[in-house]
Amino acid sequence: MFFSFFAELREAKVPVSLREYLTLIEAMQKRVAAFDIEEFYFLARTALVKDERHLDRFDRVFGHCFNGIETPGDPKTALPEEWLRKIAERFLTEEEKRQIEALGGWEKLMETLRRRLAEHRSRHQGGSKWSGTAGTSPFGAHGYNPEAVRIGQQEGSNRSAVKVWDRREFRNLDDTVELGTRNIKLALRRLRQFAREGAADELDLGGTVKSTAHNAGWLDLKLVPERHNAVKLLLFLDVGGSMEDHVRVCEELFSAARSEFKQLIHFYFHNCVYDSVWRDSRRRRVEQVPVIEIIRTYDRSYRIVLVGDASVSPYEIEKEGGSVERWNDEPGEVWLRRLFEAYPRAVWLNPVPEKYWTGTVSIGMIRRISEDRMFPLTLDGLDRAIARLKRRG
Amino acid sequence: MRRFEGTDTYVATQDLQIAVNAAIALERPLLVKGEPGTGKTILAHEVARGIDKDLITWHIKSTTKAQQGLYEYDAVSRLRDGQLGDERVHDIANYIVPGKLWEAFEAAEAPVLLIDEIDKADIEFPNDLLLELDRMEFYVYETRRTIQARHRPIVIITSNNEKELPDAFLRRCFFHYIRFPDRETMQRIIDVHFPGLKHELVYEALTIFYDIRQAPGLKKKPSTSEVLDWIKLLLVEDISPDVLRTRDPAKLIPPLHGALLKNEEDVHLFERLAFLHRRERGGS
Repeated sequence: MFFSFFAELREAKVPVSLREYLTLIEAMQKRVAAFDIEEFYFLARTALVKDERHLDRFDRVFGHCFNGIETPGDPKTALPEEWLRKIAERFLTEEEKRQIEALGGWEKLMETLRRRLAEHRSRHQGGSKWSGTAGTSPFGAHGYNPEAVRIGQQEGSNRSAVKVWDRREFRNLDDTVELGTRNIKLALRRLRQFAREGAADELDLGGTVKSTAHNAGWLDLKLVPERHNAVKLLLFLDVGGSMEDHVRVCEELFSAARSEFKQLIHFYFHNCVYDSVWRDSRRRRVEQVPVIEIIRTYDRSYRIVLVGDASVSPYEIEKEGGSVERWNDEPGEVWLRRLFEAYPRAVWLNPVPEKYWTGTVSIGMIRRISEDRMFPLTLDGLDRAIARLKRRG
Repeated sequence: MRRFEGTDTYVATQDLQIAVNAAIALERPLLVKGEPGTGKTILAHEVARGIDKDLITWHIKSTTKAQQGLYEYDAVSRLRDGQLGDERVHDIANYIVPGKLWEAFEAAEAPVLLIDEIDKADIEFPNDLLLELDRMEFYVYETRRTIQARHRPIVIITSNNEKELPDAFLRRCFFHYIRFPDRETMQRIIDVHFPGLKHELVYEALTIFYDIRQAPGLKKKPSTSEVLDWIKLLLVEDISPDVLRTRDPAKLIPPLHGALLKNEEDVHLFERLAFLHRRERGGS
């Protein structure tokens, strides 16, 4: 009965399988939802959708398949006001409405509508309320825009005034952007690396058995430190100008994956790294951290990730005083080389698509400086970058 | 089976009620997600209370293993007892410690089992529980015994989206995303928590609250639990609705904002907004 709905969901890339479909049917059989389209919508949603990202897509498909289906109301009030008003929008031109208004006002109009509806009904024989494609439903699936239908519904305070699925409340949860937070998190998870460090507080069962056996059967407990994540990461983000959007994304992504790292420290720079960077992008003038100090503070076991479009004027990299922020005694190239030398496991992530890299001189320069450790900010690029970060040296 | 329709301290929207009732009727787990502070964990407590069942909670941490929910074999105690010549040592069953799932399976009446923050555990954790949650049984290797649920417990699982859950696991669950309540629902929630509160105060407080949530660039948006705390504070400090109403733009930060803005940067953001506002007014 609902199979076309199910098929349309799959077409709309809502990952539903037969199992969910059977669950829905089972739930219908058990009368979890009453015979009410809204309850059916909630039930179908809870049974078929498993991720809030898909809720919006589900709403759209549901609207497409089921709009026009009304909960059968009290049969005595065969023509609810609401319907008539919607039909007014559909069947009467502005002129006609004005005419009727002039003739006898709303009451008269209702009468006309009732008549027209009756005609309409007889033409579509068998078009029941439950057909959903044509028939008596004022919505229909003939491309009639439900947005337009909503005119005149403002005072309808009952909850069916605007269909729940038409409200599209989950729109902003759908993130079909190329690089979703989840994708990145999964990719970054590969950076996880476990090590045993710290206090020995976990029982080493194998070791205990072995040493107990050596001890002629007398218990000799062996403890080992707990395994935990050992990856420490310094993140350098280019702020300002074209990078602003990307940086916000990157910041969020890496912060979202914070639990995957033992330590994650952010730094910000503008266009290129010079003698100092800053910790807070809003207070860049006040709180600067000399790069030398970073190199002294964090040892070689840290990995670094630089995120920037590297699309700058070549002067900003190779000349003294090239910085757009203030005077720099040594060119950016020197500082970049220092950074890459101090941290053997370093990568540069570039949001500019890889195919345009050859077109920008500065990108080529930074690629050379980084010894070809620049990767595009895509899932595949991230994978490659992480593989590079895992390598020693 | 009784249906869940919310309780006197918990407002359940219609979609949530249907999700819970579907999970109860079909005896499948219900996975609940949503913004922090929208009452995911509380839901299990209230479901248990609403349909009059016992509640068993299993809080998941990053170190939790699926096996711990089933049972653990206390090898160390046994080793020690063996050395001391304790009689109990001959029966391995004495050293099998049942976990939360076992406890739920053995209960005389089907309880509500809350598996809280499942995403905190390792990515493989949900996969390790697939069969157990599906068939509601598991095998104890040490005693060669199969533990079967006497009654299938009502399982409620919460997740904060820290990790992706495997598809096979999701397919076995009902899913509900608790949306942030709209103003009308929020009003009902507040009524339930603070009955007889002055309507004016609630109105002013909610206006401020929804304004704050709309401020662009907030790191952590305040949620239901925060607004409830804030209103409690307003009551304790006896702040009158008039104070809230004086929408002096220079004082953009509401009184007792500590309950709403939990992030230093967010407070800064508001101070900055207030400053800009002042300047705008001064200039015009």
